[in-house]
Amino acid sequence: MSSIRVLVGTHKGAFILTADGKRKDWKVAGPFFAGWDIYHIKGSPSDPNRIYASQSSAWFGQVVHRSDDGGASWNVVGNHFAYDGIPGTHQWYDGTPHPWEFARVWHFEPSPHHRDVVYAGVEDAALFRSDDAGVTWNELSGLRDHKTGSQWQPGAGGMCLHTILLDPGNPQRIFTAISAAGAFRSDDSGGTWKPINRGLRSEQIPDQNAEVGHCVHRLAMHPSRPKVLFMQKHWDVMRSDDEGEHWVEVSGNLPTDFGFPIDIDTNHPDTVFVVPITSDSQHFPPEGKLRVYRSRVGGNEWEPLTNGLPQEHCYVNVLRDAMAVDALDPCGVYFGTTGGQVYVSPDGGDHWEAIVRDLPAVFSVEVQTL
Amino acid sequence: MIRVVLPAHLRTLAGVAESEICIDAPGDASIDSLIGALELRFPQLLDTIRDRTTGRRRPFVRYFACSRDLSHDDARDTLPHAVIAGDEPFLIVGAMAGG
Repeated sequence: MSSIRVLVGTHKGAFILTADGKRKDWKVAGPFFAGWDIYHIKGSPSDPNRIYASQSSAWFGQVVHRSDDGGASWNVVGNHFAYDGIPGTHQWYDGTPHPWEFARVWHFEPSPHHRDVVYAGVEDAALFRSDDAGVTWNELSGLRDHKTGSQWQPGAGGMCLHTILLDPGNPQRIFTAISAAGAFRSDDSGGTWKPINRGLRSEQIPDQNAEVGHCVHRLAMHPSRPKVLFMQKHWDVMRSDDEGEHWVEVSGNLPTDFGFPIDIDTNHPDTVFVVPITSDSQHFPPEGKLRVYRSRVGGNEWEPLTNGLPQEHCYVNVLRDAMAVDALDPCGVYFGTTGGQVYVSPDGGDHWEAIVRDLPAVFSVEVQTL
Repeated sequence: MIRVVLPAHLRTLAGVAESEICIDAPGDASIDSLIGALELRFPQLLDTIRDRTTGRRRPFVRYFACSRDLSHDDARDTLPHAVIAGDEPFLIVGAMAGG
């Protein structure tokens, strides 16, 4: 029988939750890297026992750890993220020029094909690649050097490159997303980049047709259908059927179209999950009810999933990297909250149960099906 | 030998259990050369105390020794004699801050 390993990054360390394929009885290990912010912890699809952890603190900066034995032991690898050349400036919150400064790694994306290749999305927004399993890092500077780079502005959480999608059928194609610059696509392995934000609407920016400036919170792609993308934006849930060239809103009957994570059922590419949040000024679920919403038709028609989730007095948030799905059938869905709960649904969202309730605020949740 | 006291998180990262570690350093050791020797022995501490490119101390890190704050001294100056002689430790301190 398959087993499941859930990798959880929190405000005060990492945790590893394991269960068999029934996803009922869980073992909890951790905290690893106790006391540090773990923005992301993710395993390699080509070698599941190889796991990367992004460990950072305001005091001591960025550290990258790698495990080669499924999280049993960890070693420090490379933490030298140097921007190519003279980095120049981007826009600060008030529109003034601000120097590009490395802060931390938000997201790791290990290659599905090459065991030693891993990408890192960082703040201030840039994409790095390692060909030696995280020992050394080189910037794919064509992204930051895009002609719009000097216009990019941070979102409230910082100017982070938070999403990296690798097309499993086309190794040259990479999608990224940056708050609050927007989504970008490369068709040449990260050498050059194109903003793909046509159709997005963002009230906060003066020019609705601006090439960049949209606060994209998260992108999702089903590996069997890499031309179709889903997006949770600052406002609006969006869909593109042409590799990001055009976007249409599919928020439909959601109670609010603000939120952070978005993910897709492993077995059904048109089944999409989001967690609506009240608004950009109220980062908690509407009416104090924690509800995952599921669309089985690729958007517009959404149903609330509440069985096992708190339906009163719930004021947690679910951050952009804090939702994941496993590869079993029915698909398991997992998400973590800023209140320290990690929930699992072993049946595609119909029923939910807390695996743990009292972790530090959860930043990220990833799942490995072993 | 210079006695160095690391903050708890950096002791964990370096894999040392003792509150003090001893670093070989020449008689004219400075903050720069001492931190350099520390990073050479514990490469996992690179960039955690100072920026490896600019040498700039991280904002939430302070250096104390002999009841003095050395954080803003010229990092190329020779350390106090008592530190070099091993009579007083060199303290690397994470600034007091919540969170």
